[in-house]
Amino acid sequence: MTRHLRHILVLMVLLLAAPAVQAQLYQTPNPNFPTAKDQVQLYQNLDDQITGRVSIPDNKLGVLVQPEGREWREFRTSTLRIIAGAVILGMTALLAIFYLIRGTIRIHGGRSGRTVLRFNGIDRFAHWTTAVSFLIMAITGLIVTFGRPLLIPLLGHPAFTTLAEGSKYLHNFFSVPFVFGLLLVFVLWVRDNIPERADLVWLKTMGGLLGKGGEHPEAGRFNAGQKGIFWAVVFGGVALAISGFLLMLPFSVTGISGMQILHVVHGVVAALLIAVIIAHIYIGSIGMEGAFDAMGRGEVDENWARDHHRRWYEEQARTMRTNDGRPIHRHRAAE
Amino acid sequence: MARMKFLCDAERCIECNACVTACKNEHDVPWGINRRRVVTLNDGKPGERSISMACMHCNDPPCAAVCPVDCFYQTADGVVLHSKDLCIGCGYCFYACPFGAPQYPQATNFGGRGKMDKCTFCAGGPEADNTPEEYQKYGANRLAEGKLPLCAEMCSTRALMAGDGDVLADIYRERAVRRGYGSGAWGWSTAYGREDRGRAFGPGRSGAGVGTSGS
Repeated sequence: MTRHLRHILVLMVLLLAAPAVQAQLYQTPNPNFPTAKDQVQLYQNLDDQITGRVSIPDNKLGVLVQPEGREWREFRTSTLRIIAGAVILGMTALLAIFYLIRGTIRIHGGRSGRTVLRFNGIDRFAHWTTAVSFLIMAITGLIVTFGRPLLIPLLGHPAFTTLAEGSKYLHNFFSVPFVFGLLLVFVLWVRDNIPERADLVWLKTMGGLLGKGGEHPEAGRFNAGQKGIFWAVVFGGVALAISGFLLMLPFSVTGISGMQILHVVHGVVAALLIAVIIAHIYIGSIGMEGAFDAMGRGEVDENWARDHHRRWYEEQARTMRTNDGRPIHRHRAAE
Repeated sequence: MARMKFLCDAERCIECNACVTACKNEHDVPWGINRRRVVTLNDGKPGERSISMACMHCNDPPCAAVCPVDCFYQTADGVVLHSKDLCIGCGYCFYACPFGAPQYPQATNFGGRGKMDKCTFCAGGPEADNTPEEYQKYGANRLAEGKLPLCAEMCSTRALMAGDGDVLADIYRERAVRRGYGSGAWGWSTAYGREDRGRAFGPGRSGAGVGTSGS
């Protein structure tokens, strides 16, 4: 009797243990596992992103470990600052040296006193909408990028937080007028910015800088340099707008790695475009006599137009002659 | 002085989410914010493991390194805390954090983020200990009361442990030797790793912005 009982007992134990044995399939004690406490490996080598499942309704938190954050940290804390600092300071230094050597580029034969319409109200509205938004976003972006090492020691933490928070809001809100202005600029000027043969000559002589006697190569409404600015702003602006809006709507289309790449693209393109725009501001202000009038008053001096955009100027003059009712020349008292 | 750490023993975690619930309740964490979560790897397949993950309070915290306003600091116990008065909600800490710990309340309709919120190791924030202001911003300060984080205290299988890192490592090693298997302390090499990146701020040193809390 007791023997039978023992048999049944053993059978029951085996039956009960069966699922446990199965569960242990993947957690069986490893015969090679260290037997001394100090040999147990505590640290794992995690070099890849590890993703699992979470039961909370936030899928991006399924990423358990993302070692790529380390590279992004390196980019944010040093690479981006080096790139942005180098291109912005480098461009400023180049322009300063250029200014010291060449000085302001004067109009040949001085101002004539007669002007010709170059940019109408819509042109200028589009330009300045884009320009003001870009400058605000450039400055606020630089505050967030460089503020910690440069401004916190000057302002202290609470004041810098106020500045940085304001910068964040301005940066986000001015993206809207920027994109609006960018679209307008594209529609208004794309026709005159298509590359042509004459641009090669312009590029070969660097706009007349390398030519004999400072002769300007012929150019239409826009010369190769201006076309370069145009396409840099269009492509750079579109890249900044797309990456920027996706950064404003974090994780809307991409996961953590994508967000890091978007930030890298946004930062690098912004740094390059800021450098390009610094050169643009230089040549449109102190770098060249009479250039600011184009975007300021909208009208440029005839001699300036003849110097820099001869073909365009001649076209304007011809149009004026054929429909004589419409003046493009406006006389004003000689200064 | 103790160096506070979390250790999750993946061989013990049964994905009951009690740690997540305890954390949410203890700190009155708002909707949409998860200071702690349980991630299941190889779900439904052989070798399935669950790991409870929150801020690991790294030696050289990437969040602190990338913060544009320098709002992070580390207490004498090695707990990484931040000041919500300084945070601007830029989201950079989430991109840098290896563990996905920083969380943001939705502030506007356009994905705008409010001030960051994360696990405090139940140690509050820069405000005076156990004041209503501290509770409102950072939740309970159990460490100041001499208690350990509630998630670990709540864990029914003792998978999640919180406390002095050396003690935790010792317990884990003893367990592993006894049962003869173990996949290591999840996240430790990343958080406290052997390749320590310069220890931008090691335990005991506070960030320039805010004083250490009195824990």
